[in-house]
Amino acid sequence: MTTPLGVEGGVALAQTAPVLDVRGLGVQVRELALVHDVDLRIGEGERVGLIGESGSGKSLTAFAIMGLLPEGLRASGSVRLAGVGFDLVGADERGLSRVRGRDIAMVFQEPMTALNPTMRVGDQVAEAMLVHRTRPDRRSAARAAVELLAQVRLPDPADAARAYPHQLSGGQRQRVVVAIALANDPALLVCDEPTTALDVTVQALLLDLVVRGVQARDAALLFITHDLAVVATTCERVLVMYGGRVVEAGSVQDVFTRPRHRYTEGLLAASDLDAVDHRGRLATIAGSVPSAGRFPAGCVFRNRCPHATAECASVPQWSGPSRAVGFACFHPAPLGAGPQDAA
Amino acid sequence: MALRVLRRILVLVASLAVSSVVVFAFMAVLPGDPARVALGVNASPAAVAELRQQFGLDQPLAQQYLQWIGGLLRFDLGQSYVSQAQIAPQIADRLQVTLWLVITATILAIVMAVPMGTIMALRHRQLSGLALSAISQIGVAVPAFLAGILLITVFAVRLGWLPANGWTPPAQDPRMFVRQLVLPVLSLGLVQAAVLTRYVRSAVLDVLREDYLRTARAKGLRPLPALWRHGLRNAAVPVVTVLALQLATLLIGAVVVERVFVIPGLGSLLLDSVSNRDLIVVQDVVMILVLAVLLVNFLVDLLYLVIDPRMRDVR
Amino acid sequence: MSRPESPGYQPPTSEVPVGRGARRAVNPSLVVGAVIVGAVIAIALLSFVWMPHDPTLVDASKRLLPPGGDYWLGTDKFGRDVFSQILMGSRTTLFVGVVAVGVAAVIGVPLGILAAMAPRWFGEPLMRGNDLVLAFPALLLAIMFSAVYGGSTLVAMIAIGVASIPSFARLIRSGALQVMDTEYVMAARAAGRGPFAIAVHHVLPNVSSLVIVQASVSFAIAVLAEAALSFLGYGTPPPTPSWGRMLQESQELLWSAPRLAIVPAVAIAVAVLGFNLLGDGLRDYLDPKLEDRR
Repeated sequence: MTTPLGVEGGVALAQTAPVLDVRGLGVQVRELALVHDVDLRIGEGERVGLIGESGSGKSLTAFAIMGLLPEGLRASGSVRLAGVGFDLVGADERGLSRVRGRDIAMVFQEPMTALNPTMRVGDQVAEAMLVHRTRPDRRSAARAAVELLAQVRLPDPADAARAYPHQLSGGQRQRVVVAIALANDPALLVCDEPTTALDVTVQALLLDLVVRGVQARDAALLFITHDLAVVATTCERVLVMYGGRVVEAGSVQDVFTRPRHRYTEGLLAASDLDAVDHRGRLATIAGSVPSAGRFPAGCVFRNRCPHATAECASVPQWSGPSRAVGFACFHPAPLGAGPQDAA
Repeated sequence: MALRVLRRILVLVASLAVSSVVVFAFMAVLPGDPARVALGVNASPAAVAELRQQFGLDQPLAQQYLQWIGGLLRFDLGQSYVSQAQIAPQIADRLQVTLWLVITATILAIVMAVPMGTIMALRHRQLSGLALSAISQIGVAVPAFLAGILLITVFAVRLGWLPANGWTPPAQDPRMFVRQLVLPVLSLGLVQAAVLTRYVRSAVLDVLREDYLRTARAKGLRPLPALWRHGLRNAAVPVVTVLALQLATLLIGAVVVERVFVIPGLGSLLLDSVSNRDLIVVQDVVMILVLAVLLVNFLVDLLYLVIDPRMRDVR
Repeated sequence: MSRPESPGYQPPTSEVPVGRGARRAVNPSLVVGAVIVGAVIAIALLSFVWMPHDPTLVDASKRLLPPGGDYWLGTDKFGRDVFSQILMGSRTTLFVGVVAVGVAAVIGVPLGILAAMAPRWFGEPLMRGNDLVLAFPALLLAIMFSAVYGGSTLVAMIAIGVASIPSFARLIRSGALQVMDTEYVMAARAAGRGPFAIAVHHVLPNVSSLVIVQASVSFAIAVLAEAALSFLGYGTPPPTPSWGRMLQESQELLWSAPRLAIVPAVAIAVAVLGFNLLGDGLRDYLDPKLEDRR
């Protein structure tokens, strides 16, 4: 499939080769497919959100891109990074380890457990640079680590560098993780629900740090979350995942104001605290996300979709000018209408 | 942290005090009179009375206890009822022999168990890992003295490579010392390694699942260096705990292994004293063994503070 | 909007959790362990109704016969049939194990529950004392008992049992503490049920799987300790056959008849292996979340 470049559907795609080029990415455990056919391109400095409920396969997609899938899970398809001469899917550890932390870095969901409890925070930041020899020696790496901790606005960065993780709060730890991720000025930063475990008050600060961090480095951002508001404030484009498939994609503006896929529509309605039905109840999506492997055949959303018909038993085609803009639904929400009450 | 260490010292002292009372009381409830037991049934009442007086056995129990414990603190363990010899130098001699066995066996166990357990954890889904697991399971089922007998049968009797038993002090004949040390150390160490391997395996498996190991790999560390730099220290806590708990088993294993290999260690002294009904020596040796176990547990608790910074800030 | 054939609005049916029972795979440890333990028990039972020879019959004319013919595993230095001694010895092994584990469980389980339910000022010192006993391994305690009371099967059983109390108490306490935190216990307390009733009706049934697992593990330790004690001459006195004493008697004959050592050695190791595997297998079977299921 060729990539249509230029302005389409309100989305400007970079004219140059994308930083990240994911084609037909799948994740399988034995015979069971958990993620299907994900296509994703991110240009230099572009910020893309990947949203969906838990269990939709968005974190697995991120791990597959990083080559960090848990034992027993396999990736298929292709993941290419600008400036890296090989496909990350199927690459050996030797090659992957040179790319990870240098060209592509990641911030994880759980700040409380993401840092080694027996190692000083500064050493953990410095290690990221020493592994890739982006600093010549321990001392300059240690200095750079303090500098990075200052950049993520830890109070008393020199003291913080000497602290152990348990002496920092969750928000502070997550900032350390961001510092580690940004240490080698990666071309792509992947954030997997980095604010989910944090207090609301700390979330905004961290989001700001992440956005400033990637902007200062002209780095691309892939931001995974279930929180629509977070995507709206941090990202330009968005992909909506459900049941291991990308069901809709487009600019944040378009997708959030004129959703086409019925799942996106439901998701938006459910997050709208003003939208209530005639009995004054908040909108929800009927049912809950099935566990892996228990999604229906055909359209993965049809067992929860109020618009589903017999037609939905086959997999809906992607409609749209490119995989960056469009949706996969037989009964899309009509254009022009605002988000509808799905329930 | 200082408070924690202080607390721990208090616990150690209290434990020592309580266990010394227990050991003493245990020997004091003995049916019959230690002096008569030591001298035999045919001894004259006068001789028994004299021995009782000589060893203070005619005094109240509390005073006997205080005398014993006071002596312990001055490294004076009293005199044998049977040979009348001073016990402290004898125990010091024997302890040296036993320490050779126990320490070399522990080192052997660690050197074998850490790489083996790690490999088992890394290959826990593969046949090779399962095979190693099965072997270690068999190793756990073989007590040290049994391993000793089997090793003698193979290496001394069948192959004639090593002496079947005996002990030579290292200063006297280093070559012979090593040759005689090999089989008893193997019997203690292999069994210990089998036990330890299983704990190393589960500790490494736990660490492999930790998020910070994933962070380390996301930085660009390859799996083995990531495990080495970030996993080792974290896996050490449970492994060190088991090592300390196993020490009691190892010491008592040494008692029996010394019997198998005719080695004049603390265990042989204990068993000989039991047969001779030399109860004061039994009491002293048991106390020394308990002291060793409690002391090692204390040191391990301090080691936790070194290994895991989180422990330093607790309370 | 919604069509009659729409499958929407159906209650989710896919979220039915897979029952824990359904996931309980019978693991190889459990099977092998159960088979070995079953075999040891079967052998012990068999020895009551049938043995090829009298295991205690001394016959100087049949000393040190090699295996084969009438004597499947040969004879020892007194002309006794080794195979019959192994059969008979399994009785000793199981008897000592059952009594020792019984002593340990009968004292250790209530102690653990008591430590969990008692107020801190009582429970803490109780567990400290309990940990102190852990410093005395079974064998050391047994040797001390033997020094005082002389070696006998009874002394060995009690000593091994007493030494196994702390591990029972420790495990049961941690299990009981978890049960005490559950809502049904809180509900029972709120309903005014007395501590004894709660201990018997709620705590005990919920820690029973821990008791079973620990019993199997302790049994293995008891078998080891009995063998070591008999080897040292403090266990079962002659003429009753015991695997440990068979080993001891074989020691001087290692050069001429190593099989006399190997046969009881294998018997001991296999029995211990069986109980260890059974314990491991039961642990996985009764509490799947403990073992690696990824």
